[in-house]
Amino acid sequence: MRIFKHIAMLGLVLACGQAAALEFKQVLVNESAVTFGYKQMGVPLDGKFGKFAAQLAFDPAKLANAQARIDIDVASIDTGSAEANDEVVGKLWFNAKAYPTAGFVATGLKALGGERYEATGKLSIKGRTQEVKAPVTFKAAGNRGTFDGSFTIKRLDYAIGEGEWTDVGTVANEIQIKFHLVVSAAPGKK
Amino acid sequence: MSATITRYTNTAIALHWLVALLIFAAFPLGMYMHDLPLSPTKLQLYSYHKWLGMTVLLLAVLRVVWRVTHTPPALPDHLPRWQKIASAATHQFLYVLIVLVPLSGWLMSSAKGFKTVWFGVLPLPDLLGKDKALGDALAGVHASLNYLLLALVLLHIAAALKHRFIDRDEVMGRILPGGLRK
Repeated sequence: MRIFKHIAMLGLVLACGQAAALEFKQVLVNESAVTFGYKQMGVPLDGKFGKFAAQLAFDPAKLANAQARIDIDVASIDTGSAEANDEVVGKLWFNAKAYPTAGFVATGLKALGGERYEATGKLSIKGRTQEVKAPVTFKAAGNRGTFDGSFTIKRLDYAIGEGEWTDVGTVANEIQIKFHLVVSAAPGKK
Repeated sequence: MSATITRYTNTAIALHWLVALLIFAAFPLGMYMHDLPLSPTKLQLYSYHKWLGMTVLLLAVLRVVWRVTHTPPALPDHLPRWQKIASAATHQFLYVLIVLVPLSGWLMSSAKGFKTVWFGVLPLPDLLGKDKALGDALAGVHASLNYLLLALVLLHIAAALKHRFIDRDEVMGRILPGGLRK
């Protein structure tokens, strides 16, 4: 008889799991990426941030409660060349000693239909904060999901590249930031 | 047989001096920019160097095409055999190097992950995928080929000047624009 009780309970749990939309709360940082693209003398280049932390809570059924926060260790930047990596952590660029972390805090998430959303939030780099908007695509597969999005910032809005580097003819002002976050649903939320 | 050709064609003369001019700009630029601390100027100079190099490559290919489709003017009969051989060998090497030097730069740039966008307008395909070790190795190849080119260009100039001012023969006149010929 106990076996039937177990099966019944399992059924109940499964039913609940299907009825309530999954809430994605855990970011799998090792599978996620924060990358960027920029142009130098008209040459397209890519880079990435090797270290960042992300906290997130996302339930497709309760967008108003969505939360997201990404903290990037700016010294973990990889611009594609060692010489540039040494340069950009310096005072004129990110000033990583004084401002070790760049952060994004979401302030809102709007459904655009289907898998598409628009995230708004505050991006803080080098002590300067700007409002940003990013189109985001969310794809779910089982209890895992991925967020993909990109947005463009102007580096001079954040004083990234001061002095001689304010010349946007050499390193373009526009920096395209891309994020790919892999999340999993919080288990045990019954 | 046709009459002995006494000078290069105007096309060949123009290509020769244009390539010479570009190499005389690109070579010292490459030497100078290499040790500069990172700055917008350095990034600009690297781009200019790459644009010059790709222009040399294009013109060098045209020169090789010209050379294989034309017979160059003959050297004077009074030259000793060893000088004729040395001259032929130096010229062959120079043709090879004016192609290989910019090509090795392009390969290095590709391996280092920096695409070449000719004059900031025309993106050239990357010949290799990004590979740091290969990029560093190709930097060595590019430098070595350049030193070889420098040695051969110095030999080439020295020989030309010797013919012009010591032997006082017509060898250098073959490549000079009309007004400068004797």
